[in-house]
Amino acid sequence: MSKVLLGFLVGGALGVLDGMTSWFTPEVRPEILQIIAGSTFKGLVAGLLIGLFARRTNNMALTLVFGVIVAGFFAYLVAASMGKFYFEIMLPGAIVGLLTGYATQRYGHGPSPRAA
Amino acid sequence: MLSDAALDRLQTSLGTPDTSGTRYRILRKAGEGGMGTVWEAEDTVLSRRVALKVLAVEDEGGAARLLREARIVAGLEHPGIVPVHDAGTLPDGRVFAALKFVDGAPLSAALPMLGGPAERLRVFLRAAEAVAFAHARGVVHRDLKPENVMLGAFGEVLVVDWGVAAVRGDSGSRAFPVSGSGTKDGTVVGTPGWMAPEQERGEISRVDARSDVFALGRLLSVLAEPRPGEPGLDRRLAAIVAKATAQEPETRYENAAALAGDVARHLEGEPVSAYREGPVERLARLAVRHRVALLLLLAYLVTRALVLFIRKN
Repeated sequence: MSKVLLGFLVGGALGVLDGMTSWFTPEVRPEILQIIAGSTFKGLVAGLLIGLFARRTNNMALTLVFGVIVAGFFAYLVAASMGKFYFEIMLPGAIVGLLTGYATQRYGHGPSPRAA
Repeated sequence: MLSDAALDRLQTSLGTPDTSGTRYRILRKAGEGGMGTVWEAEDTVLSRRVALKVLAVEDEGGAARLLREARIVAGLEHPGIVPVHDAGTLPDGRVFAALKFVDGAPLSAALPMLGGPAERLRVFLRAAEAVAFAHARGVVHRDLKPENVMLGAFGEVLVVDWGVAAVRGDSGSRAFPVSGSGTKDGTVVGTPGWMAPEQERGEISRVDARSDVFALGRLLSVLAEPRPGEPGLDRRLAAIVAKATAQEPETRYENAAALAGDVARHLEGEPVSAYREGPVERLARLAVRHRVALLLLLAYLVTRALVLFIRKN
């Protein structure tokens, strides 16, 4: 699977998982569907960007750093929109970026070489 | 002053080949083989060192074998096979072959210097890939052993001494029987302890790529043998060795490529054809193979649980 598609799918899957964990917070449980949808969208976009970066650099360490920054930034936007829970949202979000970056670089395939 | 005749006699007695009038200048003796002596020499035209394999005496049979070896190697252009640059007859009548000079040591001597099991398996893989290339070109080495695998100073792994190699017959099968080697049934070709059983019995007509697989299996068992402090031999690897060194050629890997494929899969943590694993073993192998991803996933779940725990308290 290409790195871009893999980043997109892993980011989306982890976004769904991340959104579903809000079920354990009773005060936000009524809005769980919106949270899952938002978290999935965030994961898809972050995963896509990480996949594009992974394809361009082909470097595990740089992809991990980029994953943490991108996913952390999106998590920051969510926390900022709520005005609270910065630590609770950004820390797991950054780990999701790390995981997406690792999976994309480790399991994804680069573009096939073109014939001269 | 010595007369020319006296010089000739001295040269012969010392065994130093006469390279006068050729592009080669002898530097030192590099080794002794079954067919002759290998000399480190300088190619004065290209200013590079070469290994000059020279027959011990004027010997028509030996000369034909050396030229045959040179032709076989010339047809095997592969990074894991020492290339031959030249072949011919020296002024003293002895036949020679000029090969790339490998600055290194045979595996038999370099083995203690090699690192952990993965590094040793990678060395094996590179030797097996070179033999696989030869098999694909219809050549069987017939004398694979640690002395015939050279490790270069820059990590090169080269299969050398194709002096008793045999070429493909007309059967066209992948595990081809050998022919064109000039060897008749009943002749034992190879080194005791490394030969396949059919080779030891002199069953030349049964010697094929699977005979090399047997020798490679022996080589693998030497390289994979756990050293003090290393974990015991992995079951999958033990199964690969057992399949490669099976007594009957029919139960071995078909050729070196099939053996190398299984070793490569073992290194990558993938299932191997020689070993049928149970569900628990399969899960354990997958967990080891994807341990980093699993650890990151675990780190995420633990962080999430910690965040929830902190928030509730």
